[in-house]
Amino acid sequence: MFFQDLQKVLRQNIREYGMFIALFVIMGIFAVTTKGIFLSARNLSNLLNQTGYIAVLAVGMTLVIVIRHIDLSVGFLAGFLGAVAAIALSSWGMPVVLVVPMVLAMGAIAGLITALPVAQLGIPSFVASLAGWLIYRGFLQLVTEGTGTIIISNEAFNAIGNGFIPDIPNIGILNETHKLTLLAGAVAIVLFIMSEISRRRNQEAYNFEVLPPAIFTIKLVFISVLVAAITWVLASYQGISWTVVIMLVVVGIYHFITTQTVLGRHIYAVGGNPDAAELSGISVKRIIYMVFGSMGLLSALSGILFAARLTSASTTAGTLFELDAIAAAYVGGVSAAGGVGRVTGSIIGALVMTSLINGMNLMGVGISSQYIVRGAVLAGAVIFDVATRRSSK
Amino acid sequence: MNTPPILEMRGITKEFPGVKALDNVSFRVAQGEIHCLVGENGAGKSTLMKVLSGVYPHGTYSGDILLNGQVQSYRGIRDSEHAGIAIIYQELALIPELTVYENIFLGNEIRNGPIVNWNETIKRAGEMLAKVRLKVNPAAKIKDLGVGKQQLVEIAKALSRNIKLLILDEPTAALNEDDSANLLDLLRGLRDQGVTCIMISHKLKEVLAIADTVTVLRDGQTICTLDAHKGEVSEGALIKHMVGREIDNIYPQREHKQPGDVVLEVRGWNAYDPALGREILHNVSMNVRRGEIVGVAGLMGSGRTELALSIFGNPLGYQVKGELRVKGEQRSFRDPEAAIKAGVAYVTEDRKGNGLILIQDVKENITLANLQAIAKNSMIDGNAEIKVANEYRTSLNIKTPTVEQRVSNLSGGNQQKVCLGKWLFVKPDLLILDEPTRGIDVGAKYEIYTLMNRLVEQGMSIIMISSELPEVLGMSDRVYIVSSGRITGELPIAEATPEKVMHLATN
Repeated sequence: MFFQDLQKVLRQNIREYGMFIALFVIMGIFAVTTKGIFLSARNLSNLLNQTGYIAVLAVGMTLVIVIRHIDLSVGFLAGFLGAVAAIALSSWGMPVVLVVPMVLAMGAIAGLITALPVAQLGIPSFVASLAGWLIYRGFLQLVTEGTGTIIISNEAFNAIGNGFIPDIPNIGILNETHKLTLLAGAVAIVLFIMSEISRRRNQEAYNFEVLPPAIFTIKLVFISVLVAAITWVLASYQGISWTVVIMLVVVGIYHFITTQTVLGRHIYAVGGNPDAAELSGISVKRIIYMVFGSMGLLSALSGILFAARLTSASTTAGTLFELDAIAAAYVGGVSAAGGVGRVTGSIIGALVMTSLINGMNLMGVGISSQYIVRGAVLAGAVIFDVATRRSSK
Repeated sequence: MNTPPILEMRGITKEFPGVKALDNVSFRVAQGEIHCLVGENGAGKSTLMKVLSGVYPHGTYSGDILLNGQVQSYRGIRDSEHAGIAIIYQELALIPELTVYENIFLGNEIRNGPIVNWNETIKRAGEMLAKVRLKVNPAAKIKDLGVGKQQLVEIAKALSRNIKLLILDEPTAALNEDDSANLLDLLRGLRDQGVTCIMISHKLKEVLAIADTVTVLRDGQTICTLDAHKGEVSEGALIKHMVGREIDNIYPQREHKQPGDVVLEVRGWNAYDPALGREILHNVSMNVRRGEIVGVAGLMGSGRTELALSIFGNPLGYQVKGELRVKGEQRSFRDPEAAIKAGVAYVTEDRKGNGLILIQDVKENITLANLQAIAKNSMIDGNAEIKVANEYRTSLNIKTPTVEQRVSNLSGGNQQKVCLGKWLFVKPDLLILDEPTRGIDVGAKYEIYTLMNRLVEQGMSIIMISSELPEVLGMSDRVYIVSSGRITGELPIAEATPEKVMHLATN
């Protein structure tokens, strides 16, 4: 009975769980091949920080792909805006609290500029953003031409990419671990369990199909244990990094917007059928502006994260970020046909892709083989996605 | 004409899930004649031609096709083309960016091995153009030609393939009068050269002018075949056979009350479609009163949908001139959003194309046009959404296991009810229904008619666009007839007979 339920649930939700399974398989393989180094506290912490600047791009890219568009300009836009941040901090001596909002605003404006020809003239976004790709690449080289790599010495800024949240003072127990991290993890688990239970009650009240109780319990326990394990590992190192905090906040906001708000519903409606959306009184143009504007904003954030992580802005910053973000979104289950894809999925997709790089680096696999493996995983993920979509019809 | 038939279709039956599109249809075409196929929308003409041309391959229908006495079994269009059957559809299948000669020999290139012989192609294209009496440079691009000339290029393309049978599906629907006359003249010329031709047409005057023989289809059955040379073909006879049946009792009764104030009025309404490069609505004037069902009758392509869309915020970007008043106030809607806010709703004729978001579920589709009503501070209240969706599910009798079912999994009738639910949820004063019962079964139709009656009794106004004549006559208080972008008549229901309406619609 239980196994039948489990089988049924897995089959029905194979697409949703597929990414998680893939992530676990990949992590498991690397745990074995690197003799456990991959799962060490230090490496996991590092892995999450590496994921940050691609993950925020992947979140924005998810929505761009959901409305049937693409944005190729994000990589060099991130690189260029990272350089702007570096110059503002180093040469102009602007304070961090001004630089960050300024750069974010510039990103949003850049996104709106990309959207302009797409929304007003119907220019394919591939072409419009390819132009942006060239232009921002040019800008990046222009501003770094004289100086080469720009070193950032502002510690507050660099902490965005390298720092960890502070700890609460020692209270006698668990002195060796990061207690605020543990606390945050515990709170997260409690909130998660509470929200899942209340959602289930709600669904039961409407007589919707819910997971069988045994499976539901297993799901709760499994995810709680997972969060606890990650928290424990991070706490035993230096705790949660600011990058992870930013990443979680971005995902939280975007998850909320896409699932709970009118705007989110409009975005998915435009992706699902733009003609029907327009006839339903939704301005498709406005949605294009919003989604590209948000993409630009997240590009700026990505640029800040990357510059802070390297504590510098280089002439090649941002190279291929756009393709990594697109790959992460596709691995995360977004559909090129439009209207389908979750931001949470794209974060998992970003983790899968970064895990591949990180794990293969640890194994000492050459860069050329790395590209081949990443390409194969991307192709496999999309084929899996299309195949399961077809069979679920 | 007592020549043996070039084509004979015997006992053709074609079923779609829930609908019998063709029921034991027989159709004979004699060598060298122009044979017109007429019938209302949905009578089965296009389905019959799709069976003939292999769009529906052998085995998906029952019955036999005989060409020159030989039984044919086409697996696809290529086979029928090979056998010498060419179809020219209403939507032309030319490639706008290619030249005339490239288009004429597309897929049938004159070549030496893999290399196209362009000189020979251009020479032969010139010969084909001469055959259809079209004086254009073979090197001109298709997109630079008018629709009438494009049509001739299509015919030239068909002729270049040595065809036995030329089928034209409403060839003059998009043409002006000169181009139409020219085309009919050409068809006569081709007939004299021995080309056999089947023409589907709604314009009865043309049928009268050109046909040697006419076959009338109605409700998927052959009604009769008339010989023009024996004087059997007249406009009255054709209309009688096309309309035929009595208007049966599938329309729930409603008292025709004295209607209220004018809710919508358009005057001197013109629309120009920049994509087609021609005017699609000419000087249209109409009004709708409170509590009234106004029928808009007209054939496909007559401009009915364009009229509705040009009123409903003009989403396709026509250039519109004229006066629009809603509840007495002069308005011009910038987009559908503005029209919805003013109390106008439009239920599309193409529910899959631009009505529903097929990959989303029932509740998401129902609430889409009025999300603010279930949102607080732009946050959607999921419980309220489910409640609203369930209300419409009950009141419209939408058959679905839950409101979280994807609409692509529902039947056509239930999808249509979801569309209706969506637009009722915006609580409009005026509901424009474009082909509200297309492609749905009789039971669901009846439910929709009953709902319409209930709505007007509650004070809503309805414009019902339909090409099903019985439906228009059975449901409306008043009927406008549209033809070629013009209102060709307005009839109170008591005076609207099928013959009169059909006469005005085929004008």
